[in-house]
Amino acid sequence: MKDFPILERKVNGKSLVYLDSAATSLTPKQVVSAMNDYYENYNANINRGIHQLGEEATEMYELARKKIARFVNSEELIFTKSTTDTLNILAHALSQGLDKKDNVVLTEMEHHSNLVPWQQMAKKGFELRFAPVNDGVLDIDAMQQLVDDKTAVVSVVHASNFLGTINPVNEIAKIAHDNDALVVLDAAQSVPHMPVDMKKLGADFIAFSGHKMMGPTGIGALCASKELLEKLPPVMFGGGMIKSVSYKETSFADIPDRFEPGTPNIAGAVGFGAAVDYLKSYGMEKVEKHNHSLANSTMDLLSDIGADVYGPAERTGLVSFNLPGMHAHDVSTLLDEKGIAIRAGHHCVMPLHDKMGLTASCRASFHIYNKDSELDALKEALLSAKEVFK
Amino acid sequence: MSIYQENILDHYKNPRQSGVLDNPDVVFKDHNPACGDEIEWHVNFNESNIAKARFTGRGCAISQAAASMLAENLDGKSAEEIVSMDNDKVMELLGIELSAMRVKCALLGLKALQKAIIKWRSENE
Repeated sequence: MKDFPILERKVNGKSLVYLDSAATSLTPKQVVSAMNDYYENYNANINRGIHQLGEEATEMYELARKKIARFVNSEELIFTKSTTDTLNILAHALSQGLDKKDNVVLTEMEHHSNLVPWQQMAKKGFELRFAPVNDGVLDIDAMQQLVDDKTAVVSVVHASNFLGTINPVNEIAKIAHDNDALVVLDAAQSVPHMPVDMKKLGADFIAFSGHKMMGPTGIGALCASKELLEKLPPVMFGGGMIKSVSYKETSFADIPDRFEPGTPNIAGAVGFGAAVDYLKSYGMEKVEKHNHSLANSTMDLLSDIGADVYGPAERTGLVSFNLPGMHAHDVSTLLDEKGIAIRAGHHCVMPLHDKMGLTASCRASFHIYNKDSELDALKEALLSAKEVFK
Repeated sequence: MSIYQENILDHYKNPRQSGVLDNPDVVFKDHNPACGDEIEWHVNFNESNIAKARFTGRGCAISQAAASMLAENLDGKSAEEIVSMDNDKVMELLGIELSAMRVKCALLGLKALQKAIIKWRSENE
């Protein structure tokens, strides 16, 4: 695709076949231009300056904010560094005031970024519960049992970066709200790949990253209603998030400023906005269809060659697998020698790998710049990897 | 050039000094949690030299082959030589260029053996 000049390059003398978009997506020229435009034409800090460049920078930053919020049908958006950053902020803020009578419910398929922060916060005394995952699918009945009137938060992943499973957020939200619990949604792998409407889903807070959706690294989003954000205590402090400061005490600014201390990743926000424009013009239904089709074709080719595939048939655009008798690192290296980039390891879901008796797995993940012909290259490379280790 | 040269594949499929010892002076297991590579050493010492060493393990071809190549080269080595052996020596034995990510795999065998020796020393102070 012409919009992605990186696809012209060679890796180990071969054409690049990039199948690792779940780790980070490629970035189109349009996004790079938008960021360069900031640095070359209106490079200034936001909010504080009363000069032309400052006004332009602020306008572009706020425009990006609105665009991205609208993209997921959210009333408000806080810019953060990443999904991980957002989830840490939420874990800190929502854990305040919780004690040993309270509980927070996660699932067994959570990424470390939606597991470790809550686990660490739970040292305050509240209970952390995990809704089980069986055969790659969330046990929604078990979740119903785990969520009770002492549940403060249900924090779940929308689309699993390992299994590809898309969780029934509506159902989960109903269970949570029936018990007066808040719903936090890790949407890192869903917003980039399918239309996401947080109001329709019933999520109270959602987290996602720019770099997984054609945007730059170092920028993420925390989306929620103004009402909910106003109730959240700030967890990071400094310039920009205050109303007034004396040596003794400080009053905090309104939303969204209250959650954006310091100078943000302004170029990153602008780039994130440009990424949303890019995806909108491609069309999210089209993105979903394209990636879904590649995932299905990949599952077919993997089953043809005798690979073990993890996760359900109904899934987002990624497939994790193992070639029997071969370590994921070896498979990944052999593919790399042919210019094919996949990921190998535990994909930041170590506990789930342990539960499934796996030490590591391979993962191929897709986006709009991937083509069917690349899957032919993948199949060929996997077959020859099998030969090496016969 | 593929890193999966004949010698590496051979060591992976037919690890040298593979197994356990009946009366080991020390047993030590190390692993890379990130990828699941594991190596366990059983060692007998004769004074301050390695008399016998066996290993078992599972994981990627590089980690297992490197441990096997190391195991093959232990005859007559003193404990001190192993502990002060630098990473380059392992890379030399393998004879290939590894990316930064895979170097960790290659070094697991040596690290595990070094820790085994340190454990034995502290138990026999």
